[in-house]
Amino acid sequence: METQRELSAEVILSVRDVTIALPPGADRTNAVENISFDIRRGQTVCIVGESGSGKSVLANAIMGLLPAGVTPVCGSMKLLGRELIDATQRELRRIRGSSMAMVFQEPMTALNPVMTCGEQIDEMLSHHSNLGPDERRSAVLKIMDRVRLPEPERVYRSYPHQLSGGQRQRIVIAIALILRPGLVICDEPTTALDVTTQAEILDLVSELQRENGTAVMFITHDLGVVADIGDEVVVLRLGEMVERGTSEEVLGHPQHPYTQMLVDAIPHVSTQGRPHIPSRSALLEVKDIKKTYVSRNWFGGRREVHALEAASFSIQSGETLGVVGESGSGKSTVARCIARMIEPTSGNICLDGRDVTHLEGRDLSDFRRTVQMIYQDPYRSLNPRRTVGESIIEGAVNFGASRTQAWERAERLMQLVRLKPESLRRYPSEFSGGQRQRISIARALACEPKLLIADEAVSALDVSVQAQVLTLLGEIQRATKVAILFITHDLRVAGQICDRVIVMHRGRIVEEGPAREVLLDPKDAYTRQLIDAAPGRDFTFGRTPDLNGLAAT
Amino acid sequence: MTTMPPTSSAIPLGPTEDAQPKPHARRSVGKALLSNGATRWGGGVLLILVFMAALAPWLNTIDPTAIDPGSSNLLPWTHGEFTSLSGETQSHLFVLGSDSLGRDIWSRALYGARVSLVVGLAVTALAVAIGLGFGLLAGYFRRIDGVLMRVMDGVMAIPAILFAVSLIALFGGTLPVVVFAIAVPEIPRVARLVRSVVLGVREEPYVEAAIALDTPTWLVLVRHILPNAIAPLIIQATYVCATAILVEAILSFLGVGLPAETATWGNIMAEGRSQFNQYPHNVLAPGLLLALTVLSVNVMGDGLRDVLDPKFNKRKG
Repeated sequence: METQRELSAEVILSVRDVTIALPPGADRTNAVENISFDIRRGQTVCIVGESGSGKSVLANAIMGLLPAGVTPVCGSMKLLGRELIDATQRELRRIRGSSMAMVFQEPMTALNPVMTCGEQIDEMLSHHSNLGPDERRSAVLKIMDRVRLPEPERVYRSYPHQLSGGQRQRIVIAIALILRPGLVICDEPTTALDVTTQAEILDLVSELQRENGTAVMFITHDLGVVADIGDEVVVLRLGEMVERGTSEEVLGHPQHPYTQMLVDAIPHVSTQGRPHIPSRSALLEVKDIKKTYVSRNWFGGRREVHALEAASFSIQSGETLGVVGESGSGKSTVARCIARMIEPTSGNICLDGRDVTHLEGRDLSDFRRTVQMIYQDPYRSLNPRRTVGESIIEGAVNFGASRTQAWERAERLMQLVRLKPESLRRYPSEFSGGQRQRISIARALACEPKLLIADEAVSALDVSVQAQVLTLLGEIQRATKVAILFITHDLRVAGQICDRVIVMHRGRIVEEGPAREVLLDPKDAYTRQLIDAAPGRDFTFGRTPDLNGLAAT
Repeated sequence: MTTMPPTSSAIPLGPTEDAQPKPHARRSVGKALLSNGATRWGGGVLLILVFMAALAPWLNTIDPTAIDPGSSNLLPWTHGEFTSLSGETQSHLFVLGSDSLGRDIWSRALYGARVSLVVGLAVTALAVAIGLGFGLLAGYFRRIDGVLMRVMDGVMAIPAILFAVSLIALFGGTLPVVVFAIAVPEIPRVARLVRSVVLGVREEPYVEAAIALDTPTWLVLVRHILPNAIAPLIIQATYVCATAILVEAILSFLGVGLPAETATWGNIMAEGRSQFNQYPHNVLAPGLLLALTVLSVNVMGDGLRDVLDPKFNKRKG
């Protein structure tokens, strides 16, 4: 019945056979090819794709914000029956804001840092309406209240940097919605936010949509988000539309192999438990470590920030311990303390029964060899000016191996991470994000560490690539018995590869236990909140059975 | 010694992937420099000046310090006889005329170019070398940052010309003293620039990874941090060079630089100043050369910035 109502609803945006060409010399001729879909009043259409699929180009094309050189070559895009492709900039300026609006991924860069938030919302009204200053002000305060910003009067006077990420995104949403446009385009609006904040923002978007009957075009890479809010899905792959249908159809019974692969790659709690690890003496033991940052100002004032408060845990060889938390939970501080990048304010870190908290000189060198890190951003974790080979052998050479020896080992490591040994002579810019992350893993393994710290090592990767890297880490662990401290904000990922999980909140460990237990039967209120916030948790994805079993091993 | 763990071969090896070379590989910096108008013109003019300075003895010049009262105050392009104090006479074309002591201005200008270029290069080398070292240290070692940068602030507060004048008054107007006196005030500018680059790069994960791999600190600095400072440093160096050439000319003109008989552009202008109304070319010729040199160094700096600084690359679209 609902489908019938939706079908009868007015079509807000109609996209027909749109092809957008890239400038010559790009990696492909067209950014997107032959895309067609409709968005009706009150409907949410999700555009799903991995990086480079052309989903943002499509959004920018509709908004008339394409960069120079990227042009639509054929097709039509009609907003409420009005053609957008041949509209002049002048016409588009009038349509933008009043008839269509956009919510961007990174609210900090979408907002003007030197204007108060209130003024930025007010700008929309002063340009597009004839309201007087007092009416505008009350309208702004009303919408701030509507997007559930606390203390609208104070937020009105605040600058973007004085608000949290979630609050900033609410301001961006308020700017987009204040003129009640027929169409709102959301370009990955929750990707930069914490899970719990993401859940709140998604709720807010759907609620406002129901209220105003807005048509929403929602761009995302997260199928969980699609499951939560999407009515229809368009799956893009390298600019081609590979599948289109209702969310239930596409996610429940994916037809195209690419969609099936995407669905299979969604991290999930292993159906079979991980092999039991016989308890032995701990490889790493962390006792009550604290980290307090103290900043003093010129007048002798002190400000203390407790990044980490009395964390204790241990990890043994061959085990994967997940540290899960949102931004500001202290999880990266733990990692950096253990890697001896920063010194904890108090507490002890013992490796193999030896206190390593305050090692120096030769002893510190020996310690460095046993603990290695993998970083989040694959584009910044390799020196762009050095070949991959030079990066990988650096550690081994520092620890006394000859260059030839180290190089031979690097060749073997490249094969281990599924890259051609010949690629050792290439520069990082010639590799994709996932390949670079595998190179980082090879570099970390080059000095045969006993403990590998993966700090959000897969968060910046596309889901399919993320799954490959996780599988690779698992294989390496089984073969080398390396212990992995896996730091992540994503409980689903932690559930997939960790033996045990620690949940952190505001510098404290709030829950600890075997991964399955923590995820399926959380004891702490905060853990429950985290799990509830994970997008798509109630949805049954149509996974391929055999692959499912394989991923769980 | 590193031992190979037998375990790594136990990992099942899957199919391997190759890198994906970009369809349009990055143009080499050399080609980009050649295709950039600013570097081509600036560099070209500078190159001509360098050749003229280097080949001065073969370009119709005589001893730039030799005086001949008999052929004083000649107008440009005068054919005349030059009799040196020892009595030897030679016929000579005074391309730019002569000054009140009968010295050939063309010769003095060409030999003066040598001084200007050498001072420019030497000052740049000295200021960049010291500033780079200070900048790296201040940016990387937080403990000495405060002290070092306050010293740099102090140096920046000293008026450059006054400092040079007093230093030359103390130690005499020789080339090394002049170079040192001009270089010192430039050091803080270089140090600040390098420090800001280091502060940004030291937080990069690849630098942290190098520390985790136990790379010695000096190698981390040289291998992973320094290369990021090269491009902005080259650009800054051109401006230091231009300033140095100007300041040297100013010092000579004021009579506090190299000795008055030495052929420098500033000295030629100082000598010609008193007769500017009758013989303006005595001042204008070296002045134009000076302006041309500084202009081409600055134009080249702008071009280098466009080529090397990624922030300005987008402009081409």
